[in-house]
Amino acid sequence: MRYAETGFNLEIDLSRGNIERVATDPKDTELYLGGLGTNAKILWDRVPPEVDAFSPDNLLIFSAGLLCGTPATGCNRTIVSTMSPQTKLMAFSMMGGFWAPELKYAGYDKVILRGKSPDLVYIWIHNDQVEIRDASHLAGKGAIETAELIKQELREPKAQVAAIGLAGENRVFYASIEQGRSSASRGGIGAVMGDKKVKAIVVRGTNDINIAQPAEFIGLCNEVLEYIKYREEHPIPGVMPILAGLGSPQEMKVHDEKWHTENFMWGNSRVRRKGFWNDEIAENWKETLESARTRLISCFNCPMKCGATISMPGLPTYMMKCFTKLTYTMGAFSDLDFGLRIAQRATEYGVDGFSTPQVMAFALELYENGILTDDDFPGMPEDNEGRFYWLLDRIVRREGIGDVLADGTYWAAKAIGKGAEEYAHNTIKKHEQLPLKLSMLNPIYFLMYSTGEKINITQIEGQFPQAPFPKREQREEFVKDWIQVPDEKFKQYFLDWEPRGENSMPYYPTVPMVCDIVDWQEMMHYIDDALGQCAGLSSFPLKPPYHIHNYPKFISAGAGIDMDEDSLTQAARRYRTLVRAINIRRGMRRADEKPPADHWKKRFPELEAKLLDEYYKLKGWNKEGIPTQEALHKLGLDYVSRDFIERGILTEGEEASVPEDSEKKE
Amino acid sequence: MDTVNGEKKKKIIKTIKIDVDKCNGCRACEVICSAFHAEPKYSSNNPARSRIKVIRDPLRDIYIPVYAGEYTVAECAGRDKYIIDGKEYDECAFCRASCPSREDFKEPDSGLPLKCDMCEGEDEPLCVKWCLADALIYEEREEEVEEEETLEELEVGLESLASKYGLQELKEALARLSQQG
Ligand code: SF4
Ligand code: SF4
Ligand code: SF4
Repeated sequence: MRYAETGFNLEIDLSRGNIERVATDPKDTELYLGGLGTNAKILWDRVPPEVDAFSPDNLLIFSAGLLCGTPATGCNRTIVSTMSPQTKLMAFSMMGGFWAPELKYAGYDKVILRGKSPDLVYIWIHNDQVEIRDASHLAGKGAIETAELIKQELREPKAQVAAIGLAGENRVFYASIEQGRSSASRGGIGAVMGDKKVKAIVVRGTNDINIAQPAEFIGLCNEVLEYIKYREEHPIPGVMPILAGLGSPQEMKVHDEKWHTENFMWGNSRVRRKGFWNDEIAENWKETLESARTRLISCFNCPMKCGATISMPGLPTYMMKCFTKLTYTMGAFSDLDFGLRIAQRATEYGVDGFSTPQVMAFALELYENGILTDDDFPGMPEDNEGRFYWLLDRIVRREGIGDVLADGTYWAAKAIGKGAEEYAHNTIKKHEQLPLKLSMLNPIYFLMYSTGEKINITQIEGQFPQAPFPKREQREEFVKDWIQVPDEKFKQYFLDWEPRGENSMPYYPTVPMVCDIVDWQEMMHYIDDALGQCAGLSSFPLKPPYHIHNYPKFISAGAGIDMDEDSLTQAARRYRTLVRAINIRRGMRRADEKPPADHWKKRFPELEAKLLDEYYKLKGWNKEGIPTQEALHKLGLDYVSRDFIERGILTEGEEASVPEDSEKKE
Repeated sequence: MDTVNGEKKKKIIKTIKIDVDKCNGCRACEVICSAFHAEPKYSSNNPARSRIKVIRDPLRDIYIPVYAGEYTVAECAGRDKYIIDGKEYDECAFCRASCPSREDFKEPDSGLPLKCDMCEGEDEPLCVKWCLADALIYEEREEEVEEEETLEELEVGLESLASKYGLQELKEALARLSQQG
């Protein structure tokens, strides 16, 4: 019997309309866990680098994490993996909500789509009955609207629906997949779904998920719940409210947006508005949110209620979470009322809340500077807000200038030329980033921005405080119950970290310390993405209930795979390296690993080079960021070396650059 | 206290107060209920087997945790819809019955009825324990009841069984039971 996982994937060939239920190899679970890990293995094996995002040979994988559907609190992520049309690299966005557990109860760990359907369809998975159904009547419908219509036509109110809107159908490079209160938005995976002509995947399941060691497992779950209660009662002192508690940033709950509105950039990630937040705005925005928000809502089996249902007068209800609350507002220099209104339309269209407002602000900046002209915007309204709606409508339909903008700022700037590239200034690996521009280089963030392959800072940061605490006593207090550290040395790193003086940024934490910190933070995200655990209870917040010390126990008791901290660390390193290998094979190199040039004013090129060098070494990658033969061998990834050597990416016996330090760790 | 029939008995009334305004729709209650009732305990999990069901419709802001009550042979002749605060609740929304009209409160494979047993053997109902939102609050109170009432209840129960299975079959079943007992 298989535990925690079902042991079956659904393989669907859309070109031929063929559906197969395929048993998976339990050995793969041991090596790559599940979710992102096994997705990466499948993509490595089956999608060669010549295959681009919109090729029928590209795969689109919807995977539940290894522990989704078990009673582990907050374990509900669907990890969607494919090749991105925008970055041309592997995209592995994920979504919370209810879809992944339902897939498990239906009897599958993954749905693997290949080929392309000739006509628009949706997939209906009801336990062992799986159908490809006509979706022509749903063409052009909003993502949420689609979910409602399908549930009605199937008479299945309990079914969970992951759907695309018009943006996905028209292959907008930053189209999302929407699922009730959640969405998988980054990397343009909605465009791949649209390219495959799949409007939605609908799931309903009523089967059991088995647990290997029931008493131990439920004991661990109860400990997590107790710790959540404890953390709710003991927010971390000395950090801003959204970093003090657990969960995804509680944007639907908080009213005080002084920090975001005054520290993040407005418009095309350009303008910092110090002194923006005042009593009148605070009052006004509070009223907007209070009257729009019907209820705070959670994902499956989680008490944190990070999302909300939003009903703006005159508009259909939708659901929201996190920072989309402010991205449109700030992109358009507008207010919260506008932000929540346009987000309703954007959610139905199914677009990424980070990229979209930036692309629109970028277009208007080009217009103001004469690079785009009136001819490019025929019929665009005069008023600022009206222009954003107008642009959004054009983008998702790929009409006129919208067709160019639908590829994102990087590709749009290339197509427009005339110096437009200067304005596409906020991308990493061709993907729009959080609108942040700061003064002094932060070495930890430098490394995370540069090397994070999920290409969103929130998906690599967490665990280690973002800034030093002013007083030593505060730091001592903080480390007292810091049980989550993988090694006591992290406490010392933090204790000695001062806001000013010798032990301050950019030279403290020192290069080796920075490498350790980033490695730890990244590892926790990778583990979450394999298990299906929400980062909000694990890798993202400070002092979370899940960490490297209890995760191995969860895996052992839940999935019946013998795990300790070392073997879990090793497994995470293995599939993390595999993700890198996929991207390396697709051409990614050191030169691609850099934050936007204007991210910090004060830069330190020598230090930055050293940070990359040392971090690469720690990871077992050479100077170009390519995993070495020796490092691959240690991870049992000789098949990757062989492929690299065949392709001339590595040469046989090449000088390996694995430091002694990491040898010892093995 | 005196009564005509003499004796009064103490009875613990177990109540779960459901504050639907606090429900966030997470279904943790379903998860733990189905895990607890697995054989062996916690060895599997499947919300479809839960004895509490959350009727959840976020777009209409409807969240109703409903507990599985009695099994019923026949569905109701008429169906009611409630409108509360402008929200229309589906017919049967608040009903606890395991009833032929719907798939709720039945084992998904065998179709056998499910009924909340208040987590027999546990200190408190586990759905309550796992609902950190405090949408489910457990209360116990003592009530004095006349023994006659219990008898009446028993009679009602027997009558319904007799109507369902026939009196003869019921007699035989009782005879079998008393032999075993
Ligand atoms: S912490 Fe928030 S986002 Fe994460 S699973 Fe819970 S409710 Fe969802
Ligand atoms: S656990 Fe509580 S909040 Fe969650 S669905 Fe059940 S009753 Fe609602
Ligand atoms: S009280 Fe126990 S049996 Fe009843 S619904 Fe709650 S968890 Fe299930």
